Amino acid sequence: MCGIVGLMIKSEGLRHSLGSLVLPMFDCMAERGPDSAGLAVFDTAVKLPRRRFSLFSGRGDCDWNSMVRELESATDAKIDLENCDNHAEIVAPLDALQLRSWLSARGNDVRLLAVGRSMTLFKDVGRPDQVARRYNFETLEGTHCVGHTRMATESQVSPAHAHPFAAGEDFCLVHNGSLSNPYSLRRLLEEENLEFETDNDSEAACRFLEWRMRQGDTIEKALHAAFEKIDGFYTFLIGTAQQLVLVRDPFACKPAVVAETDQYVAISSEFRSLAHLPGIAEANIFEPLPEQIYAWHVA
Amino acid sequence: MKTALLDLKKLSLRELNDYLHHRLAAEGISTVDILNPNGMHNIAVGLDRAVEVNIRGNAGYFVAGMNQRATVNVHGNVGWSVAENIMSGIVRVKGNASECAAASGHGGLVVIEGDASSRCGISMKGCDIVVAGSIGHMSGFMAQAGHLLVCGDAGAHLGDSLYEAVIYVAGSIRSLGADAREEPMTEPDHAKVAELLDRAGIEFRARDFKRVASARTLYHWNSANHNRY
Repeated sequence: MCGIVGLMIKSEGLRHSLGSLVLPMFDCMAERGPDSAGLAVFDTAVKLPRRRFSLFSGRGDCDWNSMVRELESATDAKIDLENCDNHAEIVAPLDALQLRSWLSARGNDVRLLAVGRSMTLFKDVGRPDQVARRYNFETLEGTHCVGHTRMATESQVSPAHAHPFAAGEDFCLVHNGSLSNPYSLRRLLEEENLEFETDNDSEAACRFLEWRMRQGDTIEKALHAAFEKIDGFYTFLIGTAQQLVLVRDPFACKPAVVAETDQYVAISSEFRSLAHLPGIAEANIFEPLPEQIYAWHVA
Repeated sequence: MKTALLDLKKLSLRELNDYLHHRLAAEGISTVDILNPNGMHNIAVGLDRAVEVNIRGNAGYFVAGMNQRATVNVHGNVGWSVAENIMSGIVRVKGNASECAAASGHGGLVVIEGDASSRCGISMKGCDIVVAGSIGHMSGFMAQAGHLLVCGDAGAHLGDSLYEAVIYVAGSIRSLGADAREEPMTEPDHAKVAELLDRAGIEFRARDFKRVASARTLYHWNSANHNRY
């Protein structure tokens, strides 16, 4: 069992409330997944060549300021840093390859969680309500977000194994369920020289979809390929810079419910985590059908 | 007629169910109004006396599970497994029901005035289910006894591995499951449909229901199939 939450704000005036609206959804779904948690938030895109890099250090005493100064002098770039506890976001005119190789040459335990122009990703182990407060989810602003509360069933509990999983740029996925063939997916992708960070089944699904989209598929086409290739139980919620996308497997064994108003689209594993939302009594509430692709675009 | 008003913003779920189980009778309460259910799970489970319970809003999983004798009306939608293992009484959902509505119900009546999702009536053992809207895939899976009546459409694999429950569908059937077959409607079937609609208080005049029942080909091991295994 795991919990999924997602929220897309339709009216610009509410975007500053993204975090405060999603926090009770997230807290409620902590009951479905008490061991780790994560949230990807999408906000205004930074201008290329600058990108947002979400970083994680498990050491607890990471000196982010001096790391950024080292990176600035190594790359001759102006870098902005925002950090909180184990997490930091830097905005820098670099690409993922450059930063990853610099981090690995530097040889400490800072890991690159996600890259994009719009997306910032937080994830960590611990009770989801505590993780949410550790990283001040309540204050987050943006257009949409994708969150997850995890109850690990098939691979270890670690910050890297927490959801959302990210691949490429501005692409992330959360998963409730379990896949039966993650290793055949991995073998397929490893032949395409894709690298994995964990042995988690959901990471395989995330990388499969992002790889298909890099080959030119639309997300719809990539998901139809996934229906063919991915075996197992899943509710997937996918975030991109412009979209939230929701699908359930053909048996639809894992729950999902959607509530839509003029103000927002909210997605959760269970209705009770949506019950506090403003205007919920008038919302269009429905259960997504199996193997149907539901996509919502940023206005 | 005494009514109790119970607000789930003020009471914990455990306090609410404890009241319904242990204090209701002593206080001579005949109807209960439950406010602010907010999708909470396990509301009004295990009732065992003739009382009317109105849940004013959306309920979560297992609402009115194991019901005996009570009438439970949910004025909203419900999550998974409403009226699971219902023994008797009536459970009515004014909105839509999620998966596994009335799963393994032994008796009583479950009415869904909206749609029911997948696995409606899975393994039902004698209850009656009336759905005014449509039902999702794998409904009536391994249903053993009782009736499932659907005024709308049925999803894929209806009645897979059916035993002796009978399913009536007014709309389309996406596909039948293994060993389920459509059979001609007889006069007793028409009478049963009318009786179920009447008991459910659902006004629906169509006469052309389809009857789906077990072909009973999975009941016994067939040695002629041995080589297939």
